[in-house]
Amino acid sequence: MLNFLLMRILTFVPTFFGVTIISFAFIRVLPGDPIVVMAGERGMSQERYDQLYHQLGFDKPVISQYFDYLVGVLQGDLGNSFVTKKPVWDEFFSLFPATLELSICAIVLAVVLGLPAGVIAAVNRGKFFDRLLMSSALIGYSMPIFWWALLLIIVFSGMAGLTPVSGRMSLMFYFDTPTGFMLIDSFLSGQKGAFVSAVKHLILPTVVLGTIPLAVIARQTRSAMLEVLSEDYIRTARAKGLPPLRVNGLHALRNAMIPVITVIGLMVGTLLAGAILTETIFSWPGIGKWMVDSIFRRDYPVVQGGLLLISVMVMIVNLTVDVLYGLINPRIRKT
Amino acid sequence: MTELTQDIPEITPERPGRLREFWYYFRENRGAVFGLWVFAAFLLIAIFAPLIAPHDPSAQYREHLLQPPFWQDGGTLTFALGTDAVGRDMLSRLLHGARYSFFVGLVVVVVAAGGGITVGLLSGFAPRWLDTIIMRVMDVILAFPSLLLALVLVAILGPTLLNAMIAIAIVLQPHYVRLTRASVLAERSKDYVTSARVAGARLPRLMFVTVLPNCLAPIIVQAALSFSTAILDAAALGFLGMGAQPPTPEWGTMLAEAREFILRAWWVVTFPGLAILITVLSINLMGDGLRDALDPKLRRS
Repeated sequence: MLNFLLMRILTFVPTFFGVTIISFAFIRVLPGDPIVVMAGERGMSQERYDQLYHQLGFDKPVISQYFDYLVGVLQGDLGNSFVTKKPVWDEFFSLFPATLELSICAIVLAVVLGLPAGVIAAVNRGKFFDRLLMSSALIGYSMPIFWWALLLIIVFSGMAGLTPVSGRMSLMFYFDTPTGFMLIDSFLSGQKGAFVSAVKHLILPTVVLGTIPLAVIARQTRSAMLEVLSEDYIRTARAKGLPPLRVNGLHALRNAMIPVITVIGLMVGTLLAGAILTETIFSWPGIGKWMVDSIFRRDYPVVQGGLLLISVMVMIVNLTVDVLYGLINPRIRKT
Repeated sequence: MTELTQDIPEITPERPGRLREFWYYFRENRGAVFGLWVFAAFLLIAIFAPLIAPHDPSAQYREHLLQPPFWQDGGTLTFALGTDAVGRDMLSRLLHGARYSFFVGLVVVVVAAGGGITVGLLSGFAPRWLDTIIMRVMDVILAFPSLLLALVLVAILGPTLLNAMIAIAIVLQPHYVRLTRASVLAERSKDYVTSARVAGARLPRLMFVTVLPNCLAPIIVQAALSFSTAILDAAALGFLGMGAQPPTPEWGTMLAEAREFILRAWWVVTFPGLAILITVLSINLMGDGLRDALDPKLRRS
């Protein structure tokens, strides 16, 4: 087991360096001179240019530039945004709660609806409900979520007028955000209607971001359940005369959960990719929108730093899932 | 000697035709057959779009701005699915859009699969150190959320449809590498490979002629899946303004242009997305059927 842990962590190290190399290279392979971009439309004097050129280390050899960058990264220094002049690290972590809140809600929605859907489909295999649920899952899985978001806006915001179209909170309210999670902060603020407003803002983005995970979880649960349902111990449980709900819900689902949990864990990347589209459409002030805006503003340190932080985060989550999976299922430790 | 060579053709007809066997299993899955028909229609539309389309996709009929589809008040059959904000015929643009989506899917799959299979084969046959390096590089690519990496690549290369395709191909390629390498490692130690090696087959022959055909089943399934992923991602990039640029009638780009009219003219938003959904859905249906027919191990009961 220790071996397995060590091996997994060892493969993490080169991948981490690879990711830093790519994000380091990003700013150097861009067309155009980053300093000119930084100066913006006002331009700058040759003197100032040379000063910055030296200050940012562009006169050093590439290898030593990379090491400077790496040392900075390991100390949490990702440079400052061209636009706001604030450290990228601080900006990332001030926006991150918004993305985290949205992602957690989306994954909760996906699990709460996806697990039962998968179980029901597996138990009713080949019957009407199975077909209905699995067709819906396939549609969800094939959904262009940016279009799905627009449709929901047309129906729920445009026609029914039920939900707001953008942001996290109505402008009527103002309160401190100690946790960064709007649901918690609005509740703590004690202002009447603030919590309801937070929920209303959250509903459509959650549905949009949760659609693909929901479809994937439903499909995965169904196939895991089908595999488990044909096992001998399920037949034994049935033969003992246990009620079907107990057999399917307890005996079968518990064992079918392992692959499903892995899939859920590995969905972080999908969620972040989905967050890019969802946050852009709903003007949700999180990491995804921040990245897209920065790409358009040519705010390169932000793009570089965000790319690195997001991928390291995905890697850490994947590593954790792998290790946990190894703990639960000894068979995969060998590979 | 001559007798021996004559014997061989007599044995071969007894094997069930591979294609026939495949079709037998594929046909079992009704959804897959339906998907195949829809995909065939999509293919025909993509090929014959200029002939079927009633109007030029970029012609602007200034007296017919935002005209609704024919079944609504104010709609006419001249513009069966209505017109967009500058008076272009929606139907013609949608039909032409099929060309771009099909083109994207095809090019991305060919590039990603071609590159991925070659690298995967190399990795499977290479000495251990090279294999390790290749796989770590693939891990690095996979560590980035695919759409984000594609977005950043397009930001570097410049926002055009071609660059979007290159970016998507790069992002999808590691899946092929991993899949190919895994099958190669499973096949490499089998007797038929050893016998080919003993018979004097060189490495390229061993890789492409002996081993590759036996690794193809999961790769074909992956190709179908990445065809739909490519269409979705290209549309997403177009929607974010980082793919095909207006006035190209690419479906994602059309959606981006339509966003501001979302509450006034439902048809400019609904139809392009519906086209993406139907196309992707038909390919995914086909992919499920392909998996059932080609890969008994993966067969979903």
